[in-house]
Amino acid sequence: MKRVYVNEQWCLGCHLCEYYCAFANSGLSDMATALKGTRIVPRIHVEGDNSVSFAVSCRHCKDPICMQSCIAGAIYREDGVVRIRKEKCVGCLTCILVCPYGSLTPDETGIAQKCELCLQNGSGAPACVRGCPNRAIVYEEREDAV
Amino acid sequence: MNPYLIIGNGVAAAGCIEGIRSVDPDDAITVVSAEKHPVYSRPLISYYLEGKTDLNRMQYRSEDFYETNCCTVIPGQAEEIDPVAGSVRLSDGTTLPYRKLCLATGSSPFVPPMAGLDGVRKKSCFMTVDDALLLESYVTKQSDALIIGAGLIGLKCAEGLRDRANSITVCDLADHVLSSILDGDSAAIVQRHLEANGLRFRLGDSVRQFSGSVATLQSGETIPFDVLVLAVGVRANTALLRSIGGEVGRGIVVNARMETSIPDIFAAGDCTEGFEMTSGQNRVVAILPNAYRQGFAAGVNMAGGDAAFTKNIPMNSIGLFGLHIMTAGSYTGAPTEERTETTLKRFYTDAGLLKGFILVGHTERAGIYTSLIREQTPLDTIDFEAMKKIASTSYFSSDVRRKKFGGVV
Repeated sequence: MKRVYVNEQWCLGCHLCEYYCAFANSGLSDMATALKGTRIVPRIHVEGDNSVSFAVSCRHCKDPICMQSCIAGAIYREDGVVRIRKEKCVGCLTCILVCPYGSLTPDETGIAQKCELCLQNGSGAPACVRGCPNRAIVYEEREDAV
Repeated sequence: MNPYLIIGNGVAAAGCIEGIRSVDPDDAITVVSAEKHPVYSRPLISYYLEGKTDLNRMQYRSEDFYETNCCTVIPGQAEEIDPVAGSVRLSDGTTLPYRKLCLATGSSPFVPPMAGLDGVRKKSCFMTVDDALLLESYVTKQSDALIIGAGLIGLKCAEGLRDRANSITVCDLADHVLSSILDGDSAAIVQRHLEANGLRFRLGDSVRQFSGSVATLQSGETIPFDVLVLAVGVRANTALLRSIGGEVGRGIVVNARMETSIPDIFAAGDCTEGFEMTSGQNRVVAILPNAYRQGFAAGVNMAGGDAAFTKNIPMNSIGLFGLHIMTAGSYTGAPTEERTETTLKRFYTDAGLLKGFILVGHTERAGIYTSLIREQTPLDTIDFEAMKKIASTSYFSSDVRRKKFGGVV
């Protein structure tokens, strides 16, 4: 399946991906309405400093420990995509305790959220990829690290 | 013939069913369930009281889970295993033969003898959804609740009851809250937060006697109450295996394949003890993630596959009135910490490895710390000083990052 990958050589650390992510998952049609004056809580985040930076989002692991560990049975997999049934999540954050990549965060209400590849939010394909000005984030099929 | 027989119907059993089905799509699975409910998320009972979930959303799997997986659920209580014949007798006399058996019997509340306890009318443990429903039927806005036990179960219960009751007092023999996962210093931060949210504590004390609706503590203090919750501790349900001479410590002893000492009998979940990597010893690590993962490994192996449950460490994520606490591993070796008035990050390192941590208030990306323990990452290969302040994969080498992020993991 296609996943999101980041080439840290090209990542500028501009954080635009975070804004595109927050907008795509806001359910709103206008970016300014969605983002202006709000503290965004994106599902992708840029890590690093001036020397190296890269964006991290869910790896959609083959053997997802978040899914196995979810105390509510709220995390499930659909065609390889690891997803959260938000109505079942109680915000215990066990998924955050176990994800080795730091890919999950609490949303504005304290419920866990993660990248679901924008497949169901109207964007249709990862908005972070489309919005990356330097094409550092790609959405493609891979097996081994390149 | 029941090719696969599972005793217990909790999360470990659900993992076992899914583990079996990942290898064997066909052969029948029989599940013996002491509770009348389909598998539900047991740790959610406090969230139920709090109104953050409901009986429907607490279901761990979809409504058609058993049907889809060709499972027959038999209500009942297993009484005795006959390992020679390969069968299990239930309390109603039914005998169920098995080819492979999994004990997923969980744990039961431990209630120490307390004088006058029998005379307390409204009392409950806090382990099952039926316990939660019973408590719900007892508690009114006028209730003064007394909870015996300031551990994970007692405090989650207190949180669940807070808005439903008039007052909540928590009593524990230990001198600090969450004594199974926190030391006194870190517990003090948590206790202040809980007191600010209306809980009262009587610590380092225990009940000498109940007289109807008054508890007299060892210190002499009397506490009037109308609802009593018993959350002192739990014990693994090991009797079935113990009685046939199987190896049992604090839990049913299992290896990484989740095999017990008796052939064809596996065990998974809170009833087991197995190798725990940070202490180097066998331990009962009764947490839901383990229950599922152990159950899955047991199921795969029961069906003829080859799965191991490894990298077992204790870990907990608990939120109380908005304050999140995460802990993992063992608190051995040298502690170092980052702290403020209301938050704490403490790390325990030994021989260049991270062995354990306590996080209070600052829990962002804590799984990166957990992975350092589980993967036994040599701390001299990362910028651990920076990592202690902020959990970030940027403190790994670029080679490690390429492996983590450059392909399918």
